[in-house]
Amino acid sequence: MRASRQVTLVFSLLLVACVAASVLLLRRLDQIRTGATLEEVLYISSPKALKKMSLGYDGLLADIYWTRAVQYFGGKHHDGAQKFDLLAPLLEITTTLDPQLLVAYEYGANFLAPQPPNGGGVPERAIELEEFGIRNNPNEWRLYYNEGFIRYMEVKDYAGAADAFARGARVPNAHPFLAVLAGRMAEHAGDRQMAGMMWSTTYQTTKDKTVRANAAAHLRALQVDEAVTNLEALTARYQQQTGRYPSSFSELQAAGMLRGTPVDPVGHTYKLMPDGRVEVRVPDDLPFIQKGTPPGYVAPVAPKFLPAD
Amino acid sequence: MSARIVHIASNTFREAVRDRVLYNLIVFTLLMSGAAILVGQISIEIERLVVINLGLTAVSLFGMVIAIFIGIGLVSKEIEKRTLYTVLSRPVRRWEFIVGKFFGLAGTLAVNTFFMAIGVFAALLYVSHHFQKQDGWVLVALYFIILQFLIITALTLFFSSFSSPLLSAVFAFSLFVIGSFAEDLRGFAGITHGLTRWLATGAAYLVPNFSALNVISSVAHAQPVSGHLILYNSAYALVYAAMAICGAVLVFEHRNLK
Amino acid sequence: MLAIEILGLEKTYSVGFWRKRPKLALRPLHLTVAEGEIFGFLGPNGAGKTTTLKLLMGLMFPTSGSARILGREINDPEMKAQIGFLPEQPYFYDYLTAQELLTYYGQLSGVAAKDLSRKVDGVLQRVGLPDAGGVQLRKFSKGMLQRVGIAQAILHDPKVVFFDEPMSGLDPMGRREVRDLMEQLKHEGKTVFFSTHILSDAEALCDHVAIINKGELRGVGAVADLTSSVHGRVELVWQGTGVSTSLRALGAECHVTGDTVRAIVSEANQDAAIEALRRERLRLISVTPMRTSLEDYFMQKLQPSEASSGARA
Repeated sequence: MRASRQVTLVFSLLLVACVAASVLLLRRLDQIRTGATLEEVLYISSPKALKKMSLGYDGLLADIYWTRAVQYFGGKHHDGAQKFDLLAPLLEITTTLDPQLLVAYEYGANFLAPQPPNGGGVPERAIELEEFGIRNNPNEWRLYYNEGFIRYMEVKDYAGAADAFARGARVPNAHPFLAVLAGRMAEHAGDRQMAGMMWSTTYQTTKDKTVRANAAAHLRALQVDEAVTNLEALTARYQQQTGRYPSSFSELQAAGMLRGTPVDPVGHTYKLMPDGRVEVRVPDDLPFIQKGTPPGYVAPVAPKFLPAD
Repeated sequence: MSARIVHIASNTFREAVRDRVLYNLIVFTLLMSGAAILVGQISIEIERLVVINLGLTAVSLFGMVIAIFIGIGLVSKEIEKRTLYTVLSRPVRRWEFIVGKFFGLAGTLAVNTFFMAIGVFAALLYVSHHFQKQDGWVLVALYFIILQFLIITALTLFFSSFSSPLLSAVFAFSLFVIGSFAEDLRGFAGITHGLTRWLATGAAYLVPNFSALNVISSVAHAQPVSGHLILYNSAYALVYAAMAICGAVLVFEHRNLK
Repeated sequence: MLAIEILGLEKTYSVGFWRKRPKLALRPLHLTVAEGEIFGFLGPNGAGKTTTLKLLMGLMFPTSGSARILGREINDPEMKAQIGFLPEQPYFYDYLTAQELLTYYGQLSGVAAKDLSRKVDGVLQRVGLPDAGGVQLRKFSKGMLQRVGIAQAILHDPKVVFFDEPMSGLDPMGRREVRDLMEQLKHEGKTVFFSTHILSDAEALCDHVAIINKGELRGVGAVADLTSSVHGRVELVWQGTGVSTSLRALGAECHVTGDTVRAIVSEANQDAAIEALRRERLRLISVTPMRTSLEDYFMQKLQPSEASSGARA
């Protein structure tokens, strides 16, 4: 029995040592290979062939590629990357394997089309993705919406966008905004109201957390742009009336031009600058704003998404 | 001690060979020849790609099947058939038996892979008419496949030491599939919370990391394999196989052979 | 030195999946076997013979107790080099030839490489398989496998051999050969410990026997002592066609065959019976004392005892 106990002891210690060593080696291997598995996506020249090879387990494989796509984008976005080479192939493979995975098309519209660092910067491929989705799911209004969204936001193809929204509006159970957007495109293309309607639609109807947070950030930015434009109009009027720019909101209130103290969507008051401009206090909290930033301000490379409200 | 291990290993090898395991090479040769000839007629650009992809995938899959089918019986068959009784009544330690069985099966797979490698290179030569420098990386891919075999052999040996052949096959095959997505599992574990995170992380680190050992598609595209990767993969495979063998020894040491 | 000392070896199993019930396979067993003798371990099927052998070979671990073989502990590798084991209904690697199998076993037992080939051929001769060396084992009949089993047990010249049902699968001629082989082993100074349920073999071969039933040792002793007349009886044969009342009064069991009568009376009544026959002027043919057979002893010992009746551990 003594020999047996010796053997047990030796091999138990060896086992523990091996477990520890294997964990350490795994961490090192993961470091060496960051992204290597993902890069193999580039070698899959034919997603259709992959679908055939998956022998009917394409649903599961689609889920795996979808998870990889989410992690890929999330990781790169977090690091403020300028290139998202693998996002398009990942989404294309995901949707080839499972054409009904609607959330993948949503990602295409929201994160593949926009320019870096907010997206993959390939709107044409994103449009192709949506068209593929439409061919396979002709009764999903969301896909027409996605296509219209990309055409409007990134490609500035307002006629094409209107057409996509109109097609989508004809689908049963379509969101009522689609008809509205199609109808208004001719007059209001390019203005803030249209953008606001679209981002609201996205915000209200998406089920994905990341997409919603992105939409919320855009909506806040639109709010800021609107507010800053209005406030700067007020300060200009004040200057005309009194010969100088207001230095505080109470002066504007005293002049009867303003009721209450204007507050930006993240809860800070706006700043009145001596030259009549209006600025936000913490520009980093408000990505995507086009007005109200201090001169020379450079947005941080990784835009900060606050929780959607 | 080492002499007994060598004897057990060579006996295991002989058993496997006589059990006509090497006949799989005939099927493999037919497959490779057929593919090489077909591909040569279909397209110009990608024959090398197809031959390497198909050849290495076949080597990997054939070997896995052999490893599992022979591995599950390594211990349980000997117990069931009672051949083990006459072996253990001799001055053979139980752990020597396990280690010997491991080397026997690993050796069988290495020999099998060697012959298959010849087949792959022959097909490659046929479609490309001459070897290129990048073909060297195919050897690395084959080496990694052998490392995979070491892991799977050790795992089936572990399961065989306490479980029936059928269950051992199921477990081993499942670990092969899950291990191929081990990196995804670790990524997934990183974004979950609470108890799920603990369980997923534990599983993700215990499951054999086959994804890192699969360089077939990058080698097919003539991409080099980094020396670092070769080093760490080798270390990992050896450590993991040793881990499974320790498990097998510990279980077997205390098992009552009814 | 004692060849085998069994000191209270006990084995209890847990049976059942959900609620484990203990099953007593072997009650604490105490037994010794001297060197150079043939020891028979007798019992019906399921008595615990194979369990005992597996415990001695280190294939199973005892619940309590210990044993020593040639003065060393079980699982001592140096001791194992000096013992041989033939399991019940052995089976071997299908695809090896007899020669390859024995060579393999010889290597594992530490037989020197230079002697191996000679010893393998020698032992194949000895068990009656001189031409079967190159044949694959999967082609062997049951009897041939049994012989190979014996061959692998004695190949390395062990001091003690353990046989579990060595006669099973053999025809009468084969059994005779194995009996002779066991006698030879004894003459070579080896100790033979074998289990069987065939009593005639044990009676013919063994110096000592132990009888085990339902996991419990029921009797131990020298064969000669056990079969000596305890309740002596005598067989009387005489010419006649019937049995007289006087004889029947002596408690004789009588069988009539043609014109001969066979009667068995107790030794005490022997003289009275012969006197009765003489008075009736019957012609006495033979008077033969009858010894208790081992079978009688065996059957008697198999009666349930107070200790084990209705007992569960």
